[in-house]
Amino acid sequence: MSLIEIKNLHATVDGKAILKGVDLTINAGEVHAIMGPNGAGKSTLSYVLAGREGYEITEGSVTFDGQDLLSMEIEERAAAGLFLAFQYPVEIPGVSNTTFLKEALNAIRKTRGETPLDAMQFLKLIRAKAKDLSMNDEMIKRAVNVGFSGGEKKRNEALQMAVLQPKLAILDETDSGLDIDALKIVAEGVNRLRGPERGMLVITHYQRLLDYIVPDVVHVLANGRIVKSGGKELALELEAKGYAEFGVTEAA
Amino acid sequence: MRDEQNQTARNFVEQVVALAPALAGPRADGLDRFAKAGLPSTRAEAWKFTNLRGLDKLTLGPAPDAATVTVDAIPTALDTPAPRLVFVAGQYRADLSRVGDLPDGVVLTALTGETAPVAGDGPFRALNSALSSHGAALRVAAGVKLTSPVELVFIAATAGDKAALWNPRIIIEIADGAEATVVEHHVGANAGTYISNVVADVSVGIGARLHHYKLQAEGLDAWHLANVSTHLAQDAVYDTFVLNLGARLARHEARQVLDGTGIEARVSGAYAITGNQVSDITTLIDHAKPHCTSREVVKGVIDGAARAVFQGKIVVRPDAQKTDGYQLNRALLLSESAEINSKPELEIYADDVKCSHGATAGELDEDQMFYLRARGISRDAARVLLIGAFLDEALDEIIDETVRAHFRAQAEAWMGAR
Ligand SMILES: Nc1ncnc2c1ncn2[C@@H]1O[C@H](COP(=O)(O)OP(=O)(O)OP(=O)(O)O)[C@@H](O)[C@H]1O
Ligand SMILES: [Mg+2]
Repeated sequence: MSLIEIKNLHATVDGKAILKGVDLTINAGEVHAIMGPNGAGKSTLSYVLAGREGYEITEGSVTFDGQDLLSMEIEERAAAGLFLAFQYPVEIPGVSNTTFLKEALNAIRKTRGETPLDAMQFLKLIRAKAKDLSMNDEMIKRAVNVGFSGGEKKRNEALQMAVLQPKLAILDETDSGLDIDALKIVAEGVNRLRGPERGMLVITHYQRLLDYIVPDVVHVLANGRIVKSGGKELALELEAKGYAEFGVTEAA
Repeated sequence: MRDEQNQTARNFVEQVVALAPALAGPRADGLDRFAKAGLPSTRAEAWKFTNLRGLDKLTLGPAPDAATVTVDAIPTALDTPAPRLVFVAGQYRADLSRVGDLPDGVVLTALTGETAPVAGDGPFRALNSALSSHGAALRVAAGVKLTSPVELVFIAATAGDKAALWNPRIIIEIADGAEATVVEHHVGANAGTYISNVVADVSVGIGARLHHYKLQAEGLDAWHLANVSTHLAQDAVYDTFVLNLGARLARHEARQVLDGTGIEARVSGAYAITGNQVSDITTLIDHAKPHCTSREVVKGVIDGAARAVFQGKIVVRPDAQKTDGYQLNRALLLSESAEINSKPELEIYADDVKCSHGATAGELDEDQMFYLRARGISRDAARVLLIGAFLDEALDEIIDETVRAHFRAQAEAWMGAR
């Protein structure tokens, strides 16, 4: 069954066309990777799926778990099980990681008709998840991403994902900024989440991540469209040859 | 004498004079000064952002007899019962107050009848001087540390549709080496139109400490005009905070003179306003002697067509070398028609000082909103989180944890209600 079905998606920003007909279907249980040159529209795709304001959808549709994704509010998408690990996580001074994640988890549980976790239950959960990602207590008490190093911010995204247990996780360059050990830890975290009901969309520039999170399908996004799809060997091929064959220098 | 052109609300002034009882001596002088000076118009520098013309539209009448008013709840910022004086419609209510069990050396008295005239400039001080008949005085003797905070509660009540005027007087004297905490509440949830013209005179002795907090949650048709004058002696610590939530127009004017070395003055505040409310926080921190520090953090949230005014003046006199002054003023604008007028003013006459100030005004951060919502937090809940975090930076200045938590809860209730 398809978890997400993106059909002929076109999106513009400030009148500039960025996505120019993206077609992509991810079935439950699958991991897809998207690679592609800088500026191709990978992050734009992830923002459009998450519902960020400022993008105009000029054509196309997205069905997520049977629902029309594009008509949903940002928080409704999250409650429906969509999660975006940001390429550039946002700093929120004055709001602690714990408060933030508790509020998020309980909001999602509420829309699902589940009872909210109390402070103790939540603390237990977040501590266990943080431990899996080798994050200490001090980090979960700190203000969201404030003063975090690049790698710590990415780890924090992985922590949020582990706590919220999404159906579809979109990881936008979660590997960038991670050291070698952290990369393994975060990849293990992602792999723990893999399951027959879940799907993943992993955006990356580097084959290395895909050694740890082995994808079922690899896509090349260039110039606002998926221009090629293949198995995991496609990533190796791209690493060797680059994106020249996709004419990335071609004007839009 | 003030030029006629620089006055406003003459009708109001005349009504006040007409309704005043027969006065003699310094009280009559006060009324006379008030009548002559009139109310400042926006041409007066100190009032250029706050317009008192609306007072002219009021029809004044007497306050209701406090004894006839039923009070269902008395606000508190504490978890345990504490000494308190309660005033209803500007009048002392002994039956609601609690003054037993004070340690030796602590005198908490309700002022009733003729209160002593107050010194100082300005029409509202003159008015209070002339008409004040109720108030509170706390005197703590040298070396006495009052562990329980004292609460001063002013509950508004009106009768009929005429606007009542009351003039509470607050006197706080903390002698050398003594310590106390005072929490003022000014509330008027469902009261109609009234004017509360508060004058507070505070002195903190050598090495003494005073925590002085104020919650202003007057009714939305109220005018709250407060004038606080604080004298600080050598090595005193003064920790003061005002939270402005209520009133149609509230002006909290606080002047502190740092008249000794080694003083620490913490003069902060926060506000959250909406509709057509005006919140004005005007402060003067006067560094008269060397080696003192002052710290001022004022932050607020403005929604609807509300307007905030912050005027923060720091004076460093020629004598006041090694002064360390810090001032921060930030406003969060939640709507297009929300407005802030901010006027930081540094007047520095000494050369070896460290003074910094910063002022910003902005909206909620869109990226932060998106991030929170992308994790499933609703728009409203995300706003509450961000506004709360914004106000916390000011509320964190409150040293007393219980009071801080209570003020935080008041701010949260405001956010929840908007
Ligand atoms: N607000 C905007 N106004 C104009 N152009 C924009 C705006 N936002 C994004 N773009 C452009 O859209 C294009 C796609 O950007 P996007 O961030 O999606 O690329 P990407 O594939 O994620 O790149 P990278 O690999 O560098 O992360 C870029 O050319 C970018 O400059
Ligand atoms: Mg990107």
